[in-house]
Amino acid sequence: MEIKVMTDILDANEQLARSVNARFSEKGIFVLNLLGSPGCGKTSLLEKTIADLKGDIRIAVIEGDLFTSKDAERIERHGVPVIQINTAGGCHLDAGMINSVIGDLDLEKLDLVIIENVGNLVCPAEFDIGEDAKATVLSITEGEDKPLKYPLVFRKSDAIVLNKMDLLPYTSFDLDAAVRDIKGINPEAVLVRASCRTNEGLGEWYDWLKLQVRKKRKTGE
Amino acid sequence: MHEMALAQGILATALDAASSNDAVKIGRIKLLVGEMTNVEPESLKFCFTALAAGTIAEGAELDISITPLVGRCSVCGSEFPVKGYYFICTQCQSSSVEIVSGRELRVEHLEVE
Repeated sequence: MEIKVMTDILDANEQLARSVNARFSEKGIFVLNLLGSPGCGKTSLLEKTIADLKGDIRIAVIEGDLFTSKDAERIERHGVPVIQINTAGGCHLDAGMINSVIGDLDLEKLDLVIIENVGNLVCPAEFDIGEDAKATVLSITEGEDKPLKYPLVFRKSDAIVLNKMDLLPYTSFDLDAAVRDIKGINPEAVLVRASCRTNEGLGEWYDWLKLQVRKKRKTGE
Repeated sequence: MHEMALAQGILATALDAASSNDAVKIGRIKLLVGEMTNVEPESLKFCFTALAAGTIAEGAELDISITPLVGRCSVCGSEFPVKGYYFICTQCQSSSVEIVSGRELRVEHLEVE
Protein backbone atom coordinates (compact mmCIF):
# COMPACT_ATOMS: atom_id res chain seq x y z
CA MET A 1 0.00 0.00 0.00
CA GLU A 2 1.18 3.50 -0.78
CA ILE A 3 0.51 6.41 1.57
CA LYS A 4 0.75 9.96 0.25
CA VAL A 5 2.48 12.10 2.85
CA MET A 6 3.83 15.34 1.32
CA THR A 7 5.21 16.60 4.64
CA ASP A 8 8.25 18.84 4.86
CA ILE A 9 10.94 17.24 6.98
CA LEU A 10 11.68 20.50 8.76
CA ASP A 11 8.00 21.23 9.32
CA ALA A 12 8.10 20.71 13.09
CA ASN A 13 11.10 23.02 13.44
CA GLU A 14 9.51 25.64 11.21
CA GLN A 15 6.25 25.63 13.15
CA LEU A 16 8.15 26.07 16.37
CA ALA A 17 10.27 28.83 14.79
CA ARG A 18 7.07 30.71 13.90
CA SER A 19 5.78 30.43 17.44
CA VAL A 20 9.14 31.61 18.84
CA ASN A 21 9.06 34.56 16.47
CA ALA A 22 5.49 35.38 17.53
CA ARG A 23 6.54 35.61 21.18
CA PHE A 24 9.25 38.14 20.34
CA SER A 25 7.01 39.97 17.87
CA GLU A 26 4.31 40.53 20.50
CA LYS A 27 6.83 42.73 22.26
CA GLY A 28 8.13 44.35 19.07
CA ILE A 29 11.57 42.75 19.53
CA PHE A 30 13.75 42.29 16.45
CA VAL A 31 15.56 38.93 16.40
CA LEU A 32 18.74 38.45 14.40
CA ASN A 33 20.32 35.07 13.59
CA LEU A 34 24.06 35.74 13.25
CA LEU A 35 25.89 33.15 11.16
CA GLY A 36 29.39 32.49 9.87
CA SER A 37 32.40 30.15 10.02
CA PRO A 38 34.44 29.62 13.19
CA GLY A 39 36.82 32.55 13.50
CA CYS A 40 35.10 34.84 10.98
CA GLY A 41 34.53 37.46 13.68
CA LYS A 42 30.91 36.96 14.72
CA THR A 43 31.66 37.55 18.38
CA SER A 44 33.94 40.52 17.64
CA LEU A 45 31.21 42.11 15.54
CA LEU A 46 28.75 41.45 18.36
CA GLU A 47 31.04 43.03 20.93
CA LYS A 48 31.49 46.15 18.79
CA THR A 49 27.76 46.32 18.11
CA ILE A 50 26.84 46.06 21.78
CA ALA A 51 29.46 48.59 22.91
CA ASP A 52 28.35 51.14 20.31
CA LEU A 53 24.57 50.62 20.36
CA LYS A 54 23.65 49.62 23.90
CA GLY A 55 23.03 53.27 24.83
CA ASP A 56 20.25 53.49 22.21
CA ILE A 57 18.96 49.95 21.92
CA ARG A 58 18.20 47.42 24.64
CA ILE A 59 20.07 44.31 23.54
CA ALA A 60 20.23 40.71 24.73
CA VAL A 61 22.34 37.92 23.28
CA ILE A 62 21.81 34.18 22.97
CA GLU A 63 25.11 32.39 22.39
CA GLY A 64 25.19 29.05 20.61
CA ASP A 65 28.38 27.11 21.14
CA LEU A 66 29.33 23.45 20.93
CA PHE A 67 30.76 23.04 24.44
CA THR A 68 32.17 26.23 25.93
CA SER A 69 30.91 29.51 27.35
CA LYS A 70 33.91 31.51 26.07
CA ASP A 71 31.82 33.72 23.77
CA ALA A 72 29.14 34.30 26.41
CA GLU A 73 31.84 35.45 28.83
CA ARG A 74 33.08 37.96 26.25
CA ILE A 75 29.56 39.32 25.81
CA GLU A 76 28.82 39.42 29.53
CA ARG A 77 31.64 41.93 30.07
CA HIS A 78 29.60 44.43 28.04
CA GLY A 79 26.83 44.37 30.62
CA VAL A 80 23.95 43.02 28.53
CA PRO A 81 21.87 39.92 29.31
CA VAL A 82 23.39 36.82 27.73
CA ILE A 83 22.17 33.24 27.64
CA GLN A 84 24.44 30.35 26.77
CA ILE A 85 23.15 27.35 24.83
CA ASN A 86 25.57 24.46 24.52
CA THR A 87 24.64 22.14 21.69
CA ALA A 88 26.97 19.42 23.06
CA GLY A 89 28.50 18.78 19.68
CA GLY A 90 25.36 19.62 17.69
CA CYS A 91 26.28 21.59 14.58
CA HIS A 92 23.42 24.12 14.67
CA LEU A 93 20.82 25.74 16.88
CA ASP A 94 17.19 24.80 16.31
CA ALA A 95 13.92 26.50 17.18
CA GLY A 96 13.34 24.22 20.18
CA MET A 97 16.58 25.37 21.81
CA ILE A 98 15.57 29.02 21.51
CA ASN A 99 12.05 28.22 22.68
CA SER A 100 13.42 26.64 25.85
CA VAL A 101 15.39 29.77 26.86
CA ILE A 102 12.93 32.57 25.97
CA GLY A 103 11.59 32.45 29.52
CA ASP A 104 15.01 33.51 30.83
CA LEU A 105 14.81 36.86 29.01
CA ASP A 106 12.88 39.86 30.27
CA LEU A 107 11.05 40.63 27.04
CA GLU A 108 9.55 43.82 28.43
CA LYS A 109 13.00 45.36 28.53
CA LEU A 110 14.36 44.47 25.08
CA ASP A 111 14.43 45.87 21.55
CA LEU A 112 16.90 43.48 19.95
CA VAL A 113 17.90 39.87 20.49
CA ILE A 114 20.97 38.66 18.63
CA ILE A 115 21.43 34.92 18.44
CA GLU A 116 24.98 33.91 17.61
CA ASN A 117 24.69 30.54 15.92
CA VAL A 118 27.25 27.75 16.02
CA GLY A 119 30.21 28.59 13.76
CA ASN A 120 29.32 26.69 10.59
CA LEU A 121 28.22 27.71 7.09
CA VAL A 122 26.34 24.49 6.37
CA CYS A 123 23.83 23.21 8.90
CA PRO A 124 22.53 26.43 10.53
CA ALA A 125 21.36 27.61 7.10
CA GLU A 126 18.67 24.91 7.07
CA PHE A 127 17.19 25.61 10.51
CA ASP A 128 15.09 28.68 11.20
CA ILE A 129 15.17 29.53 14.89
CA GLY A 130 12.49 32.21 15.14
CA GLU A 131 14.52 35.06 13.71
CA ASP A 132 13.30 38.06 11.72
CA ALA A 133 16.49 38.17 9.68
CA LYS A 134 19.74 36.34 9.14
CA ALA A 135 23.12 38.03 8.86
CA THR A 136 26.17 36.12 7.70
CA VAL A 137 29.75 37.17 8.41
CA LEU A 138 32.42 36.16 5.90
CA SER A 139 36.00 37.12 6.64
CA ILE A 140 38.70 37.95 4.13
CA THR A 141 40.97 35.17 5.41
CA GLU A 142 38.42 32.47 4.51
CA GLY A 143 38.86 33.01 0.77
CA GLU A 144 36.59 34.41 -1.92
CA ASP A 145 35.37 30.96 -2.99
CA LYS A 146 33.14 30.47 0.06
CA PRO A 147 29.92 32.06 -1.23
CA LEU A 148 29.74 29.60 -4.14
CA LYS A 149 30.77 26.69 -1.90
CA TYR A 150 28.06 27.49 0.68
CA PRO A 151 25.43 29.32 -1.38
CA LEU A 152 22.44 28.52 0.81
CA VAL A 153 23.56 30.52 3.83
CA PHE A 154 24.32 33.53 1.62
CA ARG A 155 21.04 33.18 -0.27
CA LYS A 156 19.05 33.14 2.97
CA SER A 157 20.81 36.12 4.53
CA ASP A 158 19.33 39.60 4.68
CA ALA A 159 22.70 41.16 5.42
CA ILE A 160 26.21 39.93 4.65
CA VAL A 161 29.21 41.39 6.42
CA LEU A 162 32.57 41.03 4.68
CA ASN A 163 34.76 41.23 7.75
CA LYS A 164 38.50 41.77 8.34
CA MET A 165 38.74 44.18 5.41
CA ASP A 166 41.92 45.54 7.02
CA LEU A 167 43.66 42.26 6.11
CA LEU A 168 42.87 42.56 2.40
CA PRO A 169 46.34 43.88 1.38
CA TYR A 170 48.03 40.89 3.07
CA THR A 171 46.05 38.17 1.30
CA SER A 172 45.29 37.05 -2.25
CA PHE A 173 41.55 37.41 -1.57
CA ASP A 174 39.79 38.42 -4.80
CA LEU A 175 37.32 41.05 -3.55
CA ASP A 176 35.67 41.61 -6.95
CA ALA A 177 35.00 37.89 -7.33
CA ALA A 178 33.57 37.62 -3.81
CA VAL A 179 31.26 40.59 -4.35
CA ARG A 180 30.19 39.33 -7.79
CA ASP A 181 29.35 35.86 -6.42
CA ILE A 182 27.49 37.22 -3.39
CA LYS A 183 25.50 39.61 -5.60
CA GLY A 184 24.66 36.71 -7.94
CA ILE A 185 23.51 34.42 -5.14
CA ASN A 186 21.60 37.13 -3.31
CA PRO A 187 21.19 40.39 -5.19
CA GLU A 188 18.80 41.79 -2.57
CA ALA A 189 20.99 41.37 0.52
CA VAL A 190 22.74 44.32 2.13
CA LEU A 191 26.50 43.85 1.73
CA VAL A 192 28.74 45.64 4.22
CA ARG A 193 32.55 45.72 3.99
CA ALA A 194 33.78 45.98 7.53
CA SER A 195 36.64 45.62 9.94
CA CYS A 196 36.17 45.27 13.67
CA ARG A 197 39.77 46.43 14.15
CA THR A 198 39.66 49.65 12.11
CA ASN A 199 35.87 50.21 12.50
CA GLU A 200 35.51 50.44 8.71
CA GLY A 201 31.92 49.85 7.64
CA LEU A 202 30.55 49.46 11.15
CA GLY A 203 28.43 52.59 10.80
CA GLU A 204 26.71 51.07 7.78
CA TRP A 205 26.11 47.84 9.72
CA TYR A 206 24.65 49.78 12.64
CA ASP A 207 22.38 51.79 10.32
CA TRP A 208 20.99 48.58 8.84
CA LEU A 209 20.48 47.03 12.27
CA LYS A 210 18.89 50.16 13.78
CA LEU A 211 16.50 50.41 10.84
CA GLN A 212 15.35 46.80 11.37
CA VAL A 213 14.85 47.43 15.10
CA ARG A 214 12.84 50.61 14.40
CA LYS A 215 10.64 48.88 11.84
CA LYS A 216 9.96 45.97 14.19
CA ARG A 217 9.19 48.21 17.15
CA LYS A 218 6.53 49.97 15.06
CA THR A 219 4.80 46.73 14.09
CA GLY A 220 4.75 45.74 17.78
CA GLU A 221 3.03 48.94 18.85
CA MET B 1 26.25 16.81 10.79
CA HIS B 2 22.61 17.91 10.69
CA GLU B 3 21.61 14.84 8.67
CA MET B 4 20.82 13.21 12.02
CA ALA B 5 18.24 15.90 12.78
CA LEU B 6 16.78 15.51 9.29
CA ALA B 7 16.69 11.72 9.64
CA GLN B 8 14.78 12.15 12.92
CA GLY B 9 12.27 14.32 11.07
CA ILE B 10 11.85 11.72 8.33
CA LEU B 11 11.42 8.88 10.80
CA ALA B 12 8.88 10.80 12.90
CA THR B 13 6.88 11.78 9.80
CA ALA B 14 6.95 8.24 8.42
CA LEU B 15 5.99 6.57 11.72
CA ASP B 16 3.18 9.04 12.20
CA ALA B 17 1.74 8.49 8.72
CA ALA B 18 2.14 4.73 9.04
CA SER B 19 0.39 4.56 12.37
CA SER B 20 -2.58 6.65 11.24
CA ASN B 21 -2.97 4.16 8.37
CA ASP B 22 -2.59 1.10 10.65
CA ALA B 23 0.53 -0.05 8.82
CA VAL B 24 2.72 -2.67 10.47
CA LYS B 25 5.84 -2.31 8.31
CA ILE B 26 7.38 0.50 6.27
CA GLY B 27 9.20 -0.78 3.19
CA ARG B 28 10.16 2.34 1.29
CA ILE B 29 10.17 6.09 1.92
CA LYS B 30 10.17 8.37 -1.08
CA LEU B 31 11.95 11.68 -0.41
CA LEU B 32 12.32 14.84 -2.44
CA VAL B 33 15.58 16.65 -1.77
CA GLY B 34 16.29 19.94 -3.50
CA GLU B 35 19.55 20.68 -5.26
CA MET B 36 20.04 23.74 -3.04
CA THR B 37 19.80 21.99 0.32
CA ASN B 38 22.72 21.14 2.50
CA VAL B 39 22.05 17.42 2.46
CA GLU B 40 24.43 14.61 1.79
CA PRO B 41 22.23 11.65 0.72
CA GLU B 42 24.61 8.89 1.87
CA SER B 43 24.98 10.48 5.25
CA LEU B 44 21.21 10.88 5.52
CA LYS B 45 20.71 7.18 4.72
CA PHE B 46 23.31 6.19 7.29
CA CYS B 47 21.63 8.24 10.02
CA PHE B 48 18.20 6.98 9.08
CA THR B 49 19.28 3.33 9.23
CA ALA B 50 20.68 3.85 12.72
CA LEU B 51 17.56 5.62 13.99
CA ALA B 52 15.04 3.28 12.38
CA ALA B 53 16.44 0.16 14.07
CA GLY B 54 13.84 -1.39 16.33
CA THR B 55 10.90 0.48 14.75
CA ILE B 56 8.51 -0.60 11.99
CA ALA B 57 10.73 1.39 9.62
CA GLU B 58 13.74 -0.84 10.29
CA GLY B 59 15.30 -1.81 6.97
CA ALA B 60 13.12 0.65 5.01
CA GLU B 61 14.69 1.98 1.85
CA LEU B 62 15.16 5.76 1.55
CA ASP B 63 14.45 6.52 -2.08
CA ILE B 64 15.82 10.03 -2.71
CA SER B 65 14.99 12.13 -5.78
CA ILE B 66 16.96 15.32 -6.29
CA THR B 67 14.92 18.24 -7.62
CA PRO B 68 16.71 20.83 -9.77
CA LEU B 69 17.10 24.47 -8.77
CA VAL B 70 14.55 26.56 -10.66
CA GLY B 71 13.89 30.27 -10.25
CA ARG B 72 10.93 32.43 -11.23
CA CYS B 73 11.37 36.08 -12.09
CA SER B 74 8.89 38.23 -10.18
CA VAL B 75 9.15 40.95 -12.83
CA CYS B 76 8.61 39.10 -16.15
CA GLY B 77 7.38 35.78 -14.75
CA SER B 78 9.75 33.55 -16.67
CA GLU B 79 11.00 30.33 -15.08
CA PHE B 80 14.54 29.15 -15.65
CA PRO B 81 17.10 26.70 -14.25
CA VAL B 82 19.46 28.57 -11.93
CA LYS B 83 23.03 27.75 -12.96
CA GLY B 84 26.03 28.47 -10.74
CA TYR B 85 23.71 29.97 -8.08
CA TYR B 86 23.33 33.07 -10.22
CA PHE B 87 19.90 34.46 -9.32
CA ILE B 88 19.50 36.94 -12.16
CA CYS B 89 16.60 36.51 -14.61
CA THR B 90 17.88 35.07 -17.88
CA GLN B 91 15.16 36.95 -19.81
CA CYS B 92 15.00 40.45 -18.31
CA GLN B 93 18.09 40.56 -16.02
CA SER B 94 15.96 41.37 -12.99
CA SER B 95 17.47 40.50 -9.61
CA SER B 96 14.09 39.70 -8.12
CA VAL B 97 14.02 35.92 -8.47
CA GLU B 98 12.19 33.49 -6.20
CA ILE B 99 13.02 29.84 -5.86
CA VAL B 100 10.21 27.60 -7.14
CA SER B 101 12.07 24.30 -6.89
CA GLY B 102 15.35 23.09 -5.45
CA ARG B 103 14.72 23.73 -1.74
CA GLU B 104 12.57 20.66 -1.08
CA LEU B 105 13.15 18.47 1.94
CA ARG B 106 9.95 16.49 1.81
CA VAL B 107 8.58 13.03 2.52
CA GLU B 108 6.45 12.40 -0.56
CA HIS B 109 5.05 8.95 0.06
CA LEU B 110 5.55 5.68 1.90
CA GLU B 111 5.17 2.10 0.84
CA VAL B 112 3.81 0.10 3.76
CA GLU B 113 2.33 -3.27 4.62
